[in-house]
Parts: sequence; structure tokens; C-alpha cells
Amino acid sequence: MKTRPSLLLIEDDPQFRLLLTTTLGHHNFIIHAAENALDALELMRSKPPNLLVLDLGLPDIDGQDLIRRLRKRTDLPIIVLSARNQEMDITQALDSGADDYLTKPFSNAELLSRINALLRRAGKAPGGVLEIFQSGELKIELTKRRVFVGTREIHLTPLEFKLLATLAHNAGFVVTHRQLLEKVWGAAFIEHNHYLRIYMGQLRHKLENDPARPRYLLTEPGVGYRLHEEGNAWT
Amino acid sequence: MNRPDPDRLLEQARRHEARRHRGRLKIFFGSAAGVGKTYAMLLAAKQLAREGRDVVVGFVETHGRAETQAQLQGLELLPLASKTLRGGLRHEFDLDAALLRNPDLILVDELAHTNLTGSRHPKRWQDIQELLDSGIDVYTTLNVQHLESLHEDVGRFAGIRVWETVPDTVFESADEVELVDLPPDELLARLREGKVYPPLKAERALRHFFRKGNLIALRELALRRTAERVDAQMQDYRQENAIHEVWNVGERILVCLGPTPQAERLVRAAKRLAASLHANWFAIYVETPALQSLTADRRDQVLKALRLAERLGADTATLSSPNMGDAILQFAHEHNINKLVLGKPSRKGWRRWFLGSVVDTLMSQAKGVNFYLLGDDGKPVLHTPAETGYPDKKPEKTHGNLLSGIAAALLLTALDWPFRAFLVPSNILLVYLLGVFFTAIRFGLWPSILAAFSSAALFAFFFAPPIFSFEIADQENLVGLLVMLVVASVSSKQAENVRTQARIASLRERRTSALYRLSKELAEARLENEIIEIGVRHIHAEFGGRNTFLFPQRNGILGYPKYPPLDISFRGADLGVARWAFNNRRSAGAGTDTLPSESGIYIPLIGSSGPIGVLALQAVNWRRIFLPEQRRLLDTFVNQIVHTLERAALAEQAKEATLKIQAETLRNSLLSSISHDLRTPLATIVGAAGALENDSGLNDANRQKLVRAIHEEAQRMSDLTIKILDMAKFEAGEVKLNRQWYAAEEIIGSALHRLRGKLQKREVGVDITDNQALIYVDAVLLQQVLINLLDNADKYTPEGEPIDISVKSTALGLCIAVADRGPGVAEEFRQKIFQKFFRIHPESAQSGAGLGLSICRAIVEAHGGEINVNPRGGGGAVFQLQLPLSPQPPILPPEST
Repeated sequence: MKTRPSLLLIEDDPQFRLLLTTTLGHHNFIIHAAENALDALELMRSKPPNLLVLDLGLPDIDGQDLIRRLRKRTDLPIIVLSARNQEMDITQALDSGADDYLTKPFSNAELLSRINALLRRAGKAPGGVLEIFQSGELKIELTKRRVFVGTREIHLTPLEFKLLATLAHNAGFVVTHRQLLEKVWGAAFIEHNHYLRIYMGQLRHKLENDPARPRYLLTEPGVGYRLHEEGNAWT
Repeated sequence: MNRPDPDRLLEQARRHEARRHRGRLKIFFGSAAGVGKTYAMLLAAKQLAREGRDVVVGFVETHGRAETQAQLQGLELLPLASKTLRGGLRHEFDLDAALLRNPDLILVDELAHTNLTGSRHPKRWQDIQELLDSGIDVYTTLNVQHLESLHEDVGRFAGIRVWETVPDTVFESADEVELVDLPPDELLARLREGKVYPPLKAERALRHFFRKGNLIALRELALRRTAERVDAQMQDYRQENAIHEVWNVGERILVCLGPTPQAERLVRAAKRLAASLHANWFAIYVETPALQSLTADRRDQVLKALRLAERLGADTATLSSPNMGDAILQFAHEHNINKLVLGKPSRKGWRRWFLGSVVDTLMSQAKGVNFYLLGDDGKPVLHTPAETGYPDKKPEKTHGNLLSGIAAALLLTALDWPFRAFLVPSNILLVYLLGVFFTAIRFGLWPSILAAFSSAALFAFFFAPPIFSFEIADQENLVGLLVMLVVASVSSKQAENVRTQARIASLRERRTSALYRLSKELAEARLENEIIEIGVRHIHAEFGGRNTFLFPQRNGILGYPKYPPLDISFRGADLGVARWAFNNRRSAGAGTDTLPSESGIYIPLIGSSGPIGVLALQAVNWRRIFLPEQRRLLDTFVNQIVHTLERAALAEQAKEATLKIQAETLRNSLLSSISHDLRTPLATIVGAAGALENDSGLNDANRQKLVRAIHEEAQRMSDLTIKILDMAKFEAGEVKLNRQWYAAEEIIGSALHRLRGKLQKREVGVDITDNQALIYVDAVLLQQVLINLLDNADKYTPEGEPIDISVKSTALGLCIAVADRGPGVAEEFRQKIFQKFFRIHPESAQSGAGLGLSICRAIVEAHGGEINVNPRGGGGAVFQLQLPLSPQPPILPPEST
């Protein structure tokens, strides 16, 4: 890492702002903090950041609105912070373009790992073609459409493969039900949640040692799915 | 015998009470038009107005008299209501305007006036009752010939028909009656001077009504009526002031009515007798089988007479009994009757001697009763205006029935004909007799009499020699034939009686069983809508016509129940009439005195603490509603329904009260629980943080310990807060299930993933029989249930022992079980453990706030499922959630591979 990455923190609670600026600053980030959306937009212009950490409950503009506005002008990674038990809010934020989320209370370590993962993904060349995904025993060869667990090749149906590939492209990050349904089945199918459940069940039975305790295909209840990424998986 | 009758004392108290809230009624009473009643009334009113009372003239008829008109000067006149009727514009006293104006005192002339059709009440005295009811004092005028009980007498000697009458009860309940008297000579003089009527009209009046003889008789009647009133007041005064010297023994008079034209005269006579004796009086009608078969017109006559008696202040009753004499005697005995008013026996001469008469029976059997027999003077001179008839289907007097009489005779003739050689004529006559008898039982009196006569003719023609001729040669046959005719007639009559008795019995039985069915259904009803539905259904079945119950809505206005209407529900009721019935607690609409032109009848539902609503019933079949027995049945129906509604409302209130107490208790335990469970970790956090900040002497290891303590306690507070918030959301009903199709395996998997830190060292067995079965649930909430259960299991199971999760499809649905090896749950706690804030060991450091399992139960029950705990074989507990079978798991189109 040549330059210190800069983060824009948008959080209205002063104590929490203080906590995050202190701990993240300690981990070699440059932190700009805003207590409302207008300040944040101002800072975006004056001191462009590498990543946004956004609390959904803001005093002036609705967090969802802010995400949509930001997405119109930038591809910067966005992490959403939210109070617990608001799966609807989280799903909406992700569908509006946020990249990941955390529910309060969360540990610093967790936030750090999410930030790093997102910066890593953003740092990659956008044009580069990804060929092989390897996480633990799971290996996906994208162009050859082959999937292995260890040395054993697993036969997948076209839709199963498409689903797995979509998750692999966002490995480490949650993909909402809506996004998955739209990508794999098409926009007409976004209400057909059960398609997703059934295919996810089939995938788990094919790829996981113990489908009831999945290692790769993780459920984020009420939000979506996440493909677990161990280390730097893409080559 | 000096003890005052408690009933009378009560009555006195009641009258005083009623008077305090009611307006006072003063009647200016006179013998004829022109004596100066209106003038006297205006004079008195002006005096009061001068004294500062709020006096309004509601309606005054001046007849163009100058003196009277002059008196109107300076009084506030209420505008009249105008109506266009039969082409002309007519004016009428405006009751609503008067109620709205709400003065102290209002003047409304001519108490006996009949209102224009379409007014709220048919009669002005009813308007005045309503004014009095709303606390307004009223001055009015009345001529003696308009009194209900006198108008017939007046009519007889004056030779005029008086249409407008006022019930005596109105006159008697007046607080004050002022007699306006003018000697006949002076009245005649005034009339000649044109002070009463314009000249032309005066001329006519002088020749007819205003003959001197008439005026003298009218004056006497007026004076006598006033004197009777004074006498009655004296009686009251004596009673109120406990003057017992002349104690009036309670006279009780009973008048028996029949379906005769003299019924109304009997009623009036009884009323006069009762009035002069200050007696209570009763009017009854005994319906015998014979009377039940009368035509509708004649039965209506009885109904009318009974209603007249009611208006004149009698208690009325309709009795059903096969024997009129017995029924009257029994009633008289039960009600301590000592005077009996009857019409003269209708049977005369040999028939009375031979068949007896009710009057004779009564006279010979009743003891200690005086009899008043009213002579039959032919047709009554006067008629009250015909009341609305009761259109109904006449019982079918079919020609078919009559023909069947002839047919029976012909049939028997045909049957007997082949055997004529073997049968003697008397046998044949017996066969005919049998036929007549069966005809009587099957078809009634007239067909059987026809059968008897046609049998006689056929017998004479076919069987009695000479055959094929109506002649009868043999004297024996002639006698036999005559005896058969007599026997046939008598037995037909008897059979007919049996038939009617049976019909009446079945009618009564039907009423009883209708009432029984209603009571039975009502007894099982718990909810208001059930009760209303039952009521509407049964009233429809028994009385015909659509009906509905109207209840005051939140804004106080009557409206339809909020439940969807049945197809027999009445929509389009007149809410104005309903409101009147509700406010005045009296029936209104068809068949009543208020707005009788309405098509429906509106009966107030009077509960124990006032009216609770109104029954609106379409009067489709008048006879089914307005016959006295039916009317009583309807009242009983309504009472039953009202009681049931009140019972349901009380039960509802009791339930709400209990819930309120429960909520109160819950709130208290919530507060104590929260204050304990939040303060304890908070104390640690505040203390530890303070030490870290201020105590520079701490070494690194101790700092580390304090930091960990803060972290753990904060985590504990966080968990607790989440649970409290979840519970609060459930309590507030804010939780909406976001149900989707999920595999149980996936939810279990994510719950285990969430708890992976805690369960790191724990072996967790997962056994899923059908891992592809989908359930329709809110995944986030169900995951919460599993997390709570697994968390508990982990807490109570000793280290090294496994926790087992199993999922099974059963006939009832899906069963998810979490089994631990903890201490288990004792029998007595297996229900309580799911209650809020319940902890088996309240002081244990191990337990939380006692919310986890109650949240589980709330979630599972929101899914329509059940949660319970059972002991596990080999030690420990099994928590089982039973989720109901989901409607229809979706089917996925197969994918080509």
C-alpha cells in the first residue's frame, strides 16, 4: 500500500464517530467525518475518499436517498451501518447500490476486515478477466464452467452454475435475493424467492460437507447470500 | 286496614319523580267552542311573560275573533310548518322548531287536533307529550266532547260525529286543569253577536250543535269531569298527608270483550265506571277455539277494542282457553277483581236455556263479584275513524274442500253399491256416517255437513226403496236417515272443535318452540355479531319481513351494525324514526301511534340501563306482527336478544378489565426486571471504565481483565436490549411476518453460523429427514427462535455433552426439536417457562430476563404453530416447535441438465 487510503465516515452520533475515527485512524486510514448528509456531500467534493462508511439513520437526508444520490456520481465502495433487525432497510440499501453492511453493535475487527476486502476489490483492475476462483477446497473454473471440491469434479446444472458464478464474482460480499434472482433468472422472477432457496439447497448438497453447517455458501437471513472467501481467492 | 298500599306509595313517588323532569301540562277545559278557553290561556300566558318567563306561542287558533287576536300582541309567535297537501298549502304546528326553540312555556291550542298526514305523530296530544318529555311546560285547550270516554255520549245526545279524541290518560295526567265556564245563555248571546264564528257559520252552528239543550248537557259534563278531577286530587292529598278516615278500598274492574260491535262501548263504560270509582281496570279477550276461527275483520275488531282500552288506561290481556267462563274466573281471581263488566248474553230464548251462556255461568260461579251488564242498543252511534286495516291472506275457504265432501259421499255410494244385496240399509247408513266423520276430521265442518246431506240424498236415491228415486217408502229408513243427519252434524261439529283445538295448540306450540329455539341459540352465542345474526334470522323466520338492529355509533348516531349484512337484513331503514324510538323509548312506525305511515316498525331495545339500540322490522305481514299474542312474542324475542347482548357486553368488559390488570402487572414486572438486568452490567461497565481512566496504578494484566469485563457486560446488555425491543414489538402488534419459502436446513444453518463463536467447543448434531421440504416462514424470526433455544441449550448443558437438532415432517406439519442434556424442566414449570419474565431461579446469574422463551412462543404462535418442552430420555429437555403444514409448496419447473 503506497498511499494511506482515506475513508469518509458519515455518522450523526458524536461518541460513535469519535470511536470509529480513533480506532480506524490507528489502523493507518485517513478519516474524514461528517455528521450529516450535506456535510458529507461537501467533503466528497473537497476531499475525495476511497471508501464510504454510512450510517442509515441521518438527521437531514434519508440514508437510502443518499446512497442513490452517491451512486449516480461515483462507484466508490459503500459500507452501510444499521441498527439491528432492519433487514428491510439493509436489503433496500444493498439494492440501491451499497456494497456491504454491518449491524450495530459490531466489533472493530469485523469492520476492518470488511473495509479491507472492499478496498482490495476496488483496487483490482476493472478490465481484467477473472478465470479461477479458489476458496478452501472449492475451485471454480469460470470459462470452462467446471467446479471442483478438492479433486472431485461436481456436475452442476446451468442455473446452478450461473448462481454460483454470480456469488463468486461478489465473493466475500452479500448479494441480495433480488440481485441474485435478477442476474440468474431475469427481472421477471424477482418475486420468486423460492427458486433461490431450492437452488441454494441443491448447491449446498453438492458442494458442502455438511449442508446444515455450510462453509462456503452462507445465508444472511432476510437479506441474501454470501460466498465465503478464504484469502485472495481470484486468480 | 290503615296501612297504605305500598304500590300506591310507589306510584306517588314515581309520579313526583317523573314530574320533576317533565314539563307541566295545563289544560284550559271548556264545554264548547266559544266559551273563551283560548282567550283565558293567552291571558294567563301574558301574565307569566310579564313575570319574565320565556313564553312562546306554538299554535293558536283565533277563528278570527278580535278579542283573542288582540291578546296575541306582545307574545313571541313560533313560525308554523307549511305543507302542500292535496294541492293546497296547509299550516301546522312545528314540533321540531318548538323543541329547538326550547322555551319555558309553550302555548299549543286545541289538544284534540289531528295532525296533517305525514307529520311525526297523528295527533297533537302526542306532540304535546313529546314537548313535556323534553321538559317544556305546555298550555293547551280542550273541549269536553273530545274526551275519549265521553265523546260517544256527547255524540248520542248532540247527534254529531266527533272524529278528534284525546285519551283520558292525557287529561288525567295534566298537572292543572282550569275550567273555563260560560253559562249557555251568555255563550248563545256571544254567538249571535258574531264573536264566536262569522255570521254564516254562526247561523248553522245555532241550529245544530249550539242548541241550548246541548249546551246545558255539555256544560254539565264538563263540570262533572272537572269535579271528578278535583275529587281525585283530594284523594291524592289525603293519601299524601296520611288522612285515613275514608280509606278507599281498591276497586278492581274487569271488562270482558268479545268480537262484537259493542266491544268498544263496553270499554268506554268500564272506563267511566273505573274513573268514577278511581279503580284499576283490566280489559281481556278470551280466545276460544270457536273465536279463533272467526274472520279477520272480526278479530281485528277485538284488537281495536283492546287498543282503545289501553289508551284509556286499562291493563289488557289476551287469554287462550277452550272455556271462556273458566278463563275469566281464573283471571278475576288472580287479579282480585270485584267488578265485572260484560255485554248482555247474545244467546236468547231457548238457545240460552238449552246451551247456556257465559254470563249465566259466571254469575252462578263467581263469588264476591258485582256484575255490570251492558245492554245491546243495536249499532253504536259513533265510530272512531277506521284504523289501518291489517291486510292478510284469508284462510283458504276452498271449493276443493267442499267438493271433497260430495266426493266422499259418492265414493262410499260406489263402494256400497255392489254389496247392496248383503247389506241392510242401517249398515249402509253407518258406512255413510263413518265417511261423514272422517270428512269432518280431515276437511272441517262445512265439507262434512255437505257430505252428510249428499250422503242422505244418495242413500235415498240408491239404497232406500224405491231405488232410483228420492222417495223413501220405509219409515224405518226415514228415521234412520234423520238420526244419521243429526249424529253427523253433531259429530262434525265436535270433530271440527278437535281440529281447531289442535290448530291452536300447534300455533301455541309453534310460538313456544320458536322462542325455545331462539333462547337455545342465544345461550350459545358469545359475540355481539353472533347474537345479532341469530336475532335477525329468528325474527325474520317468525315475523316475516327483513329486519336489522341499529346501534348508536361512536358519534352517538344510530347506524347499521358493522358486520356484513345477511341477505335477510333490512337496509334502508328510516334512521330518523329509529332515533325517535331510541330517544323516546317507545315503538314507532307502522302499527304504532308515531309515524304510522312508515313501512317498518321500530322497537327500542331497552337494556337495564337505558336503550341500547333499535330493532327495525319491515312490517310485511301485519297479522304476524300485530296480533296481541304475536306482539307479545316479538317483545319477548326483543327482550331475550337485549339480555343476551348485555350479557355479552358485560363479559367483554370483564375480559378487558382482566387484560388491563394483566398488562399492569406485566408492566410492573417489566420495569423491575429491566431495572435489575440493565443496572447490573451497567454498574460493571461504569466502574471498570472509571478505574481504567483514573487508576494509574493498574498493571497491564488487570487493565486487560477490566477491558474484557466491559466488553462482556456490554454484550450482555446488548442481548437484553434486543430481546426487550423484540418483545415490545410483538406486544405492540408491530411485527408483520415476512413469510417466504425456506428450507429448514438453511435456517438452522444460519442460526448455527450466528452462534459459531459460542458453540465452537460444542458438538451439535443435526438430523434432517427431508432436507428439501420447504416451509413458509419468516426466516429472520424463526432463526431468532433457534438462536434463543440453542443459546439456552448451550447455557444449561454441561461441557462436553452434545446438543441435538432434529427436523421431522409429521402429519401436523414440521417439527423442529432442540434437545439438550441440561437439568431438564420440572413438570410444573413446563407451561410457565414460556411466560414473560418467568425464571425458574430468579436470582441465578445464569438466567437472563426471562424473555427468550416468551419471544420464541410469540414468534411460533404468530406462525400458527406451537412450542412446548418435554423431558428427554436419558436426562435433559427437548424443546419442540410444531409448525403447521404450509398451504402449497411451490413447484419448480424442471431444468434440463
